[in-house]
Amino acid sequence: MPLPIKDVLGILVDNLRIRNSVLPISKKTATRWAKKCNIPKGGDTVIYTGLMYQIVPSITALVKTLEKMEGSFLLKFISLGRFANKFINISKFFGIIDKKEVKQHNNTLCIIANLLKKADVDFGYLYEDDLYVGALAYDLGADEIFNKHIQKVFEVFKKNNVKKIITTDPHTTNMLREIFPERLENFDIEVKSYLEVLAESEIKPTKQLNDEIVIHDSCVYSRHEGIIDEPRVLLNNAGIKTLDPEDSREYTFCCGGPVESLFPGKAYDIGKKRIEQLEKAGKNFVVMCPVCYANLSRAINGNVKINDIAQVLNKIY
Amino acid sequence: MSLRINFEVINKIEALGSKGMEKCYNCGNCIGICPMELDILPRKIFRYALLGIHNKIVEEKEMIFSCLLCKRCEESCPSDVPIAENIRILRYYINREEFKI
Repeated sequence: MPLPIKDVLGILVDNLRIRNSVLPISKKTATRWAKKCNIPKGGDTVIYTGLMYQIVPSITALVKTLEKMEGSFLLKFISLGRFANKFINISKFFGIIDKKEVKQHNNTLCIIANLLKKADVDFGYLYEDDLYVGALAYDLGADEIFNKHIQKVFEVFKKNNVKKIITTDPHTTNMLREIFPERLENFDIEVKSYLEVLAESEIKPTKQLNDEIVIHDSCVYSRHEGIIDEPRVLLNNAGIKTLDPEDSREYTFCCGGPVESLFPGKAYDIGKKRIEQLEKAGKNFVVMCPVCYANLSRAINGNVKINDIAQVLNKIY
Repeated sequence: MSLRINFEVINKIEALGSKGMEKCYNCGNCIGICPMELDILPRKIFRYALLGIHNKIVEEKEMIFSCLLCKRCEESCPSDVPIAENIRILRYYINREEFKI
């Protein structure tokens, strides 16, 4: 038996309504990376994570738990879980969060910030005001709760006098650039992904690498946001040969991640199909989205390597 | 089973923001290219929505929530139907009318 859509969806959406994130994490956990790499608070231009990198380890833990529940007698208890979740944050009991994964994603965020510094970009960070943007609630069609949540996010931007936002992942980019202006009156903040900012900057590679890297385009970057050439140019400038798998650029094949919370089994199958395509093109893959990273990592085998593009850029700039 | 057009449901779905579903002329390109291989989406499901068949929409909720919203289908749609957004609106409809979320 599949997972009960209503109850799982209900838990995620209730969390956003009550706790400001589909999977709540503490402010301390969310902002640790920025303290560690000394990013000043506030400013006209801010780096905005939308907590995507920070909540992915919680999603991984949740998916592992749900995967075990899919088809088991435990499914009966999910509706009880939803009821309890209104009073206590049950996400804390959703499996064990992998500390290594947390550390790695925090490190990726720090690397992105350092790359922007190397490109002479002046920016700050909102720390406790860096809120989840609501992408999953939007995708799940919980529009009423999503609309209320983005009002809160917009208020935070106004309070901090934010003029420009540099995003670190595709989903946050898409929400802020396409969906917020449609639904919020007077939302006129300029939004760019860090990959666009770097590609437009004067940043020069410090070394040349003779590597070959297979690009897994994110659906949201390539089809929703038209960000296709930027990652390739940044890698090619340092001598790296970029390889396109069978389905790439605007025809890229999804990693499966978008359905991982409701259908972990289906998400795994899609991830597996994509890994097969990537393997035919080469052995080193880069992704530019923490959701792609998490879902493709579940489906990977030992012979190939998957990296966040920021980790590769860090070696060459 | 006979299907009856229900204008109340049609109007509700439209009010939630559906658009351009009627431009679909059943060519099937979307199904050929879908990573999830969803064979009912979007062609049949859009017909149900255009006719306002509430039960059929709810019956297919697993399919509707399985869509990755990856928009690969839209790259190949000769009729430029905003497929993903319409599927998302049908989720919104199910959340409101069925799940009470």
